[in-house]
Amino acid sequence: MFKKILIANRGEIACRVIKTCQRMGIKTVAVYSEADENALHVDMADERVLIGPAASAQSYLVIDKIVQACKDTGAEAVHPGYGFLSENRLFQEALAKEGIVFIGPDAHAIGAMGDKIESKKLAAEAGVNTIPGYMGVLKDADDAVRVAQEVGYPVMIKASAGGGGKGMRVAWNDTEAREGFVSATNEARSSFADDRVFVEKYIQSPRHIEIQVLADGENFIHLFERECSIQRRNQKVIEEAPSPFLTEDVRRKMGEQACALARAVGYKSAGTVEFVADADMNFYFLEMNTRLQVEHPVTEMITGIDLVEWMIRIAAGEKLTLKQEDVSINGWAIESRLYAEDPFRGFLPSIGRLVRFIPPVDEDGAVRVDTGVEEGGEISMYYDPMIAKLITHGQTRDEAIQLMSTALDGFYVQGISHNVPFLAAIMAHPRFREGRLTTNFIAEEYPEGLRKADLPAKDPTFLIAALGAIHRKNVDRKARISGQIQGHEKVPRDHWIIYLGGAVYDIWVREIEGGHRVHFKDRIYTVLHSWRFGEPIFRAMIDCRPTDPAFRNGQMLVVQVEENGVEYSLSHAGTQETALVFTPEAAQYINRIPHKEPPDLSRFLMSPMPGLLMSMAVEEGMEVRAGETLCVIEAMKMENIMKAERDGVISKIYAKPGDSLSVDQKILEFAE
Amino acid sequence: MSDITRQLQEKRDRARMGGGQRRIDAQHAKGKLTARERIDLLCDPGSFEEWDMFVEHRCTDFGMGDNRIPGDGVVTGHGTINGRLVFVFSQDFTVLGGSLSETHARKICKIMDRALEVGAPVIGLNDSGGARIQEGVDSLAGYADVFLRNVLSSGVIPQVSMIMGPCAGGAVYSPAMTDFIFMVEDSSYMFVTGPDVVKTVTHEVVTAEELGGAITHSTKSGVADLAFPNDVYAMVQLRRFMDFLPSSNREKPPVRPTDDPWDRVEVSLDSLVPANPNKPYDIKELIRKVVDEGDFFELSPNYAGNLVVGFGRLEGSTVGFVANQPMVLAGCLDIDSAKKGARFVRFCDAFNIPIVTFVDVPGFLPGTAQEYGGIIKHGAKLLYAYAEATVPKVTLITRKAYGGAYDVMSSKHLRGDVNYAWPTAEIAVMGPKGAVEIIFRQDMKDPEKIAAHEQNYRTKFANPFVAGARGFIDDVIMPADTRKHLCRSLAMLRNKEQKNPPRKHGNIPL
Repeated sequence: MFKKILIANRGEIACRVIKTCQRMGIKTVAVYSEADENALHVDMADERVLIGPAASAQSYLVIDKIVQACKDTGAEAVHPGYGFLSENRLFQEALAKEGIVFIGPDAHAIGAMGDKIESKKLAAEAGVNTIPGYMGVLKDADDAVRVAQEVGYPVMIKASAGGGGKGMRVAWNDTEAREGFVSATNEARSSFADDRVFVEKYIQSPRHIEIQVLADGENFIHLFERECSIQRRNQKVIEEAPSPFLTEDVRRKMGEQACALARAVGYKSAGTVEFVADADMNFYFLEMNTRLQVEHPVTEMITGIDLVEWMIRIAAGEKLTLKQEDVSINGWAIESRLYAEDPFRGFLPSIGRLVRFIPPVDEDGAVRVDTGVEEGGEISMYYDPMIAKLITHGQTRDEAIQLMSTALDGFYVQGISHNVPFLAAIMAHPRFREGRLTTNFIAEEYPEGLRKADLPAKDPTFLIAALGAIHRKNVDRKARISGQIQGHEKVPRDHWIIYLGGAVYDIWVREIEGGHRVHFKDRIYTVLHSWRFGEPIFRAMIDCRPTDPAFRNGQMLVVQVEENGVEYSLSHAGTQETALVFTPEAAQYINRIPHKEPPDLSRFLMSPMPGLLMSMAVEEGMEVRAGETLCVIEAMKMENIMKAERDGVISKIYAKPGDSLSVDQKILEFAE
Repeated sequence: MSDITRQLQEKRDRARMGGGQRRIDAQHAKGKLTARERIDLLCDPGSFEEWDMFVEHRCTDFGMGDNRIPGDGVVTGHGTINGRLVFVFSQDFTVLGGSLSETHARKICKIMDRALEVGAPVIGLNDSGGARIQEGVDSLAGYADVFLRNVLSSGVIPQVSMIMGPCAGGAVYSPAMTDFIFMVEDSSYMFVTGPDVVKTVTHEVVTAEELGGAITHSTKSGVADLAFPNDVYAMVQLRRFMDFLPSSNREKPPVRPTDDPWDRVEVSLDSLVPANPNKPYDIKELIRKVVDEGDFFELSPNYAGNLVVGFGRLEGSTVGFVANQPMVLAGCLDIDSAKKGARFVRFCDAFNIPIVTFVDVPGFLPGTAQEYGGIIKHGAKLLYAYAEATVPKVTLITRKAYGGAYDVMSSKHLRGDVNYAWPTAEIAVMGPKGAVEIIFRQDMKDPEKIAAHEQNYRTKFANPFVAGARGFIDDVIMPADTRKHLCRSLAMLRNKEQKNPPRKHGNIPL
């Protein structure tokens, strides 16, 4: 076995690999860029090597520097993680030349699976279902139409070197096939410097289902499937294993075909064979990923197998001792990817300091948190915006979802925007709960990104009970301040009025052993908790008498709570609400005060992100029409063009080019 | 007997109705509560004991003889806030516009005198159209009687003003002499001369809100320490605020139980100061992460943001925090921030509240605006305040402590009790670049030499060790352990006694 392994990666995957190494007693070497000096993976590793400036092209992607780091530290093997150099043949060759082991498949397998047309041919030969289509490269638009007619509409015209949704066009008829050929070719040329395109059947209502394989070149087994249909612009967001869709029979067939393909290339490591399945459970080969996948933890959770450990063992020359009959599916696992992006602002990336970062508690076998950041860390613009993966494991899919919802409720992040509300909203979405997934799920259900209205209407019962307990505890403590007039100390009362989400609740709260008893709407809720003042996460076990049909007794509630003196801000299941708690007298008075309309901000253009105002396309007094460019903001090295959302006259401009803007800073104002 | 009680009840009912239902409705329509409703919210339920409900004015001019309402436009008395005694006067705008008459003033003076004797705060809820013009000089005398008491009470009992309606002309000077002024947005304004006079004299056209509204005073003038969205929020926040203050200068600040461990470690603070010395960071993150439960009551957040001041608690006991804010003007001291800081430091000193100072200051803000504005004398106020303060003073230099600003910010030399530095601290006369340009002026043409000098200077001074070697810094601590050190130092200082030389009073550079 290796004594020392270098991890040629960063973030959560580097940390995850290091954990397995530590368990196996293998020393680890981290490489890092200047931007990652204080990163978690650097802290965790036994040794660390600086490999260059922040930009990955000058650090994590520079083969020579990583090879040199191996030589300098005496690492015998390299785990590449995913992304970066994980599927790079040159990297493998460079390592091989120095006698350093690459933890992954050999160059032959990587090469064979790296090309889309090549890999399809191989798959077809190995008896794997491939999407009906023409395996050859299209000559011209007429050729495209001919092939499309053969395959049958709708078809997809796809770049051979494609990926990330680029160079792909759907055609429903001859005209579209002709146009699609031209645009796909152009796009392929400009994106990949390779204008080869081909045609295949376009799958409607597709589901993305992939099979995890594990092989040592002689023994080929599969570890069942993962369904990754919840994607946003080809970026996976939520994955699960097993798939709620497959029958046992189809599962077996897919597994067998995946193993057949692995066998065809003499595969030696962990790998993933991706399929697309249609509504009739026909499945077709897409591609094979010759590396560890981001979503591998769901497979680990249901099989109890550490994939990284096997990758290392196989790379070290050990035999895969597991047989197909040794592995079975235990329960259900779901993974949510936490991205530093704002779901309420079109998923705009967010960077900055993680002022607070409290992930849910890792519970062995039930909740797993894979992260590469910690509180006080910096989310920079240089790397992938994924900051953590949250994986839950239950006996059933419902249980896994429930655990995930609770875990998301307990994920406390401050300083940057993040997609926890979006993930929580999906967990609560009926269609997701029913398992009716396709890769279009997000595009269909959230066409405009996440809006407040998309958030599930929650029964506020729990929140009221929780808030009652929190408020009572606060009031009781205030009544214990020193310096009170003896004999005239404050005696807190039991009765409060809560304003939440436009409704009013009369509650009575008393302290009991281990928590509080909250009485409202003819029911008594027992809230058992050990919440401490100032803690942002409130966890409680809630019981109800008489039984409330809306929820199970003994239910765990997790809610994030922040107090700003008067208001409580509560975050739960993706929604954030402001609650007010008043004594009955104060409640009476607040009703006497006419409600102030919040200022109308629709007349203002406000910066949606922190950035630099590059240029201003308008001036005061100018008339603009909806859709016209107003100004350009640079953020995260990207130019964002701000367009007018309405017709109008610019009455005032507040910022000038060169100004740095904060979120919601006013840039200009339209006349009323 | 029953006749008297009936009469009494009638009188009480009449007094409680103030200026009558019509005026009460008008008050509510303006988004304002009545004087008594405000007191109901401010004091613990049932704790308020009203005095002088039957007082009536004695004026007979201009038909005032027929216009008497018991209470005369102000509700006065005492009550408790979380069991602690406070005196309150609440002006009643429904009664003759809350105007101040001789008797109205006398009622206020009565509670102020008593508050001073028993050692309890006075809270004024101001909502008054101004002087009772019909009374002439009697009304003016009334103001002056209140002013005098404001001054005599200053530094003995906390005085807090909540402006909840108009407050114009001479009336502004009573709140001006109290320790804190809070305002309610959209319904309160304060100015010496109103928009009409302004227009006549200077031809400026300005609304009352723009001239003296809550936003103006909490952002532009700094007159108000905070602005609240409405009366209810204002009263709830005022209760929260009063929990920080001792009842008088004879008392230590109040203590409230907490379950936040005194030795809590905050690992993330180790990465708070960025590697690049020119990159800002939010000093409020440090404050929030060291105070009990993250609960920090900031004052004047939108005025002179380059200096953060406010109250928090350590081990349950009130502490005043003063901190340079690198996010605003790079944390430079200027006229506004020096005045804001000086006043806060003096309040803490007067009322036995320990002061914790976080220093990251590159110096005083340069420029003609500052010099012409008298930064010399204004900056000196902060220096003076720190130097004269005898309460426990704990200082922590997080990054830059340059030049005279280093001295000012509660340095050892101004009797700082415990002075800490983080490893990132740089204590020097100025930054490396500026220093080298002066010391090695002859090498200015040689960039290589200058770079070498700069590096040399940086190694020598851009650290806490030079100051440490002289004992100006008591210890260099890891950021993660900041709370532990602050708590331990303040515990050590709990019985600190320090006296300034006897004198009538010092002469702060006003």
